[in-house]
Amino acid sequence: MMQTLEPILAEHPFLKGLDAQYLKLLVGCASNVRFNAGQFVFREGEEANEFYMIRQGKVALEILGAERGPITIQTVGEGDILGWSWLIPPYRWRFNARALELTRAIALDGKCLRTKSEEDRNFGYELLKRFSSIIVERLEATRLQLLDVYRVHS
Amino acid sequence: MGQFIPLGDKLVLESQDLQRLFDVLKERGYRILGPTVRDRAIVYDELGSVADLPAGWTDDQNGGSYRIRRRSDEALFAYASSPHSWKKFLLEPQTTVWQAERSGSGFQVDQGRAQLHKSALIGVRSCDLHAIEIQDRVFITADQVDPSYKSRRENLFIVAVNCGQAGGTCFCSSMKTGPKASSAFDLALTEVIETNRHYFLVEIGSALGEQAFSEVPSREARADEKDAADNVVAECARRMGRVMDTAEIKELLYRNYNNPRWDDVASRCLTCGNCTMVCPTCFCTTVEDFTDLSGKHAERRRRMDVCFTMDFSYIHGGSIRSTARARYRQWITHKLATWIDQFGVSGCVGCGRCITWCPVGIDITEETRAIRESELSHPAVIPPRRNA
Amino acid sequence: MRTDAMLTHLYRVERVQDETYDTFTLELASRDHSEERPFAPGQFNMLYVFGVGEVPISISSDLAKPRTLAHTVRAVGNVTKAIRALGRGGELGLRGPFGTSWPVEEAKGSDVVIVAGGIGIAPLRPALYHVLSERKEYGKVVLLYGARTPADLLYQREMEQWRGRSDLQVDITVDRALRWWRGNVGVVTTLIPKAVFDPTSTVAMVCGPEVMMRFTVAELQKRGLEDDKIYISMERNMKCGFGFCGHCQFGPFFVCKDGPVFRYDRVREWLGKGDI
Repeated sequence: MMQTLEPILAEHPFLKGLDAQYLKLLVGCASNVRFNAGQFVFREGEEANEFYMIRQGKVALEILGAERGPITIQTVGEGDILGWSWLIPPYRWRFNARALELTRAIALDGKCLRTKSEEDRNFGYELLKRFSSIIVERLEATRLQLLDVYRVHS
Repeated sequence: MGQFIPLGDKLVLESQDLQRLFDVLKERGYRILGPTVRDRAIVYDELGSVADLPAGWTDDQNGGSYRIRRRSDEALFAYASSPHSWKKFLLEPQTTVWQAERSGSGFQVDQGRAQLHKSALIGVRSCDLHAIEIQDRVFITADQVDPSYKSRRENLFIVAVNCGQAGGTCFCSSMKTGPKASSAFDLALTEVIETNRHYFLVEIGSALGEQAFSEVPSREARADEKDAADNVVAECARRMGRVMDTAEIKELLYRNYNNPRWDDVASRCLTCGNCTMVCPTCFCTTVEDFTDLSGKHAERRRRMDVCFTMDFSYIHGGSIRSTARARYRQWITHKLATWIDQFGVSGCVGCGRCITWCPVGIDITEETRAIRESELSHPAVIPPRRNA
Repeated sequence: MRTDAMLTHLYRVERVQDETYDTFTLELASRDHSEERPFAPGQFNMLYVFGVGEVPISISSDLAKPRTLAHTVRAVGNVTKAIRALGRGGELGLRGPFGTSWPVEEAKGSDVVIVAGGIGIAPLRPALYHVLSERKEYGKVVLLYGARTPADLLYQREMEQWRGRSDLQVDITVDRALRWWRGNVGVVTTLIPKAVFDPTSTVAMVCGPEVMMRFTVAELQKRGLEDDKIYISMERNMKCGFGFCGHCQFGPFFVCKDGPVFRYDRVREWLGKGDI
């Protein structure tokens, strides 16, 4: 018997405290995905149609166009959220994301979520609240990265 | 110097017999260090005789201003602070700590022989006595001792002088460091000049002082002479040039690190460091390593340093205190506040030198007052703490 | 009571280990191998190169082996480059050890979280050695280590050994990496939410650039650690090493003798003041 995604979603830290009815809305947009080591989750420039709740594994975010090939600027793993470009027009990925090892995740359909959020603004707000805190955390961490604190000062 | 025994003996020394004291000290192997006139200032240097003292000179001091002026009498100690302080003899401005010679793949270090310095300091005012004691707390501690400082300190003979005249920038009364010398001295003199008399009331402060003074002609002081001396000092205490409110000054400065007054001072401060050089308690030094051209001989030297330089707080990447604001604030908060946590007493003895010798006349008492007053009139100036 | 604290003592370089392109570890022994200078983890020595100058360098060796005194040095300036140029058999001057140490005794009975940024791992290594040597005395032990890139990671062979231990959790991250790197990428603070320890009974020891330490403390506080259970190691300009020259002052503290290891609650207010 196929296990529904509902219990799996419910236990992911990102959705902690989400009302049961909203969880059901999410399940309607969710699917199980898996990436092998080396496989691209998404590429820069492609349409951003989903975000991922990582259940297991590790994904590297890369920027292209730097010296000596792509540079990895972040990795995300178990319990992390990957991708927010589906939230904001033009809905295109700005980085590559590549699985470093076997990675299992729940993919959530962006169009589906955007539609449901417009219909039920409260649902949309619950999603945005959670995404905001992720974005803020990422921004703070990125700022610290930007300071390049370990470099040699001249 | 000897142990402080407030023996309380009060004797009278006629001014013409002061030379005998100098002679006794020289006989006992002390070099005499004291005030003398040079370069239009009263400085501290080695003295040959009483004739080298600044007889008949006084000084006029104010913010950024110092002049010496002739008096109508021959008073020997009728001036306030000197641009020098006694730290120049106890904590040498520059010294070689050790030398090293290359040998094989390495080198040999030679500390040199410790030299004995017996010095008699003539004319140490109460503020400066306190300053010496404060520097003792820095350099003679339970964990670390500066051997050269300690040796000089132990071989000191102190002839203190009770001030009869407060300087224009003095505020020892506020700091409770004078004008009367109360802490460890060997002898303390109060100069009394009357119409046809010029004498010193001498207070014996230690066994060492007593021994030395026993060879100098003197007699027990009469009641009227003691009164005269007391009046001289009392008069001085009433005429301080400046006042410093020291009530909870540490807490005041600790909570005002972001007071806009610092920007105001920073716009005036040249970060020249004069204040640190004339301050009798400033003790910061730096260590420098030198080598000669041959590369065979190296030396480590220690010299006095100034916290107003960009170098002072430099670590890789830059100076921690890169602005004049930060550096002035460091100096004043160290002197008046963090010093208390470090050494148990204030670092300021109210001598007023920093006020006199600041080229733009920044006044430590005025800055403190401004900060204190800013809290009274504009509590909103200190923003309430918000959790980020 | 030491009166010779300015006198430098001759030590010979017994071994030089290049850790990365700019960082190396020196093993030193006194000239006739007789002298032992016991130290506590977190302390530093002042190392002197004849005629060039002197720098404070943390001790990075195992305090159970005082005869192989090690210092991990990053060659960034005149003196540190000159130290590297010495090579095996070269002699330098040493004085110390100075400073306060990590609370390896106070941490007994608790979980231990060590967070190291860049060369900050060097003064933490003796603490880790000590904790591992008395492993039973501690609860969970976690090492979180962040460096600029994989090429900057120190003690790589030891890291592998530590990662192999079942009684030690090791998480490493770099600020950026090339494609071949399969480890974590992101600042070291991102490792804290997932580290396994009991915040009600943990002692944290943090060392790295000041900014990194501030962000790390914030993350540890978010996990529920109290400020009196967090220890940091500070750095300031040092000339004498023992509280006489005044250069290393940080508020009322002399980093050379009241630090470099500070309990966070004692310096929290001062860290907030900036440019002091």
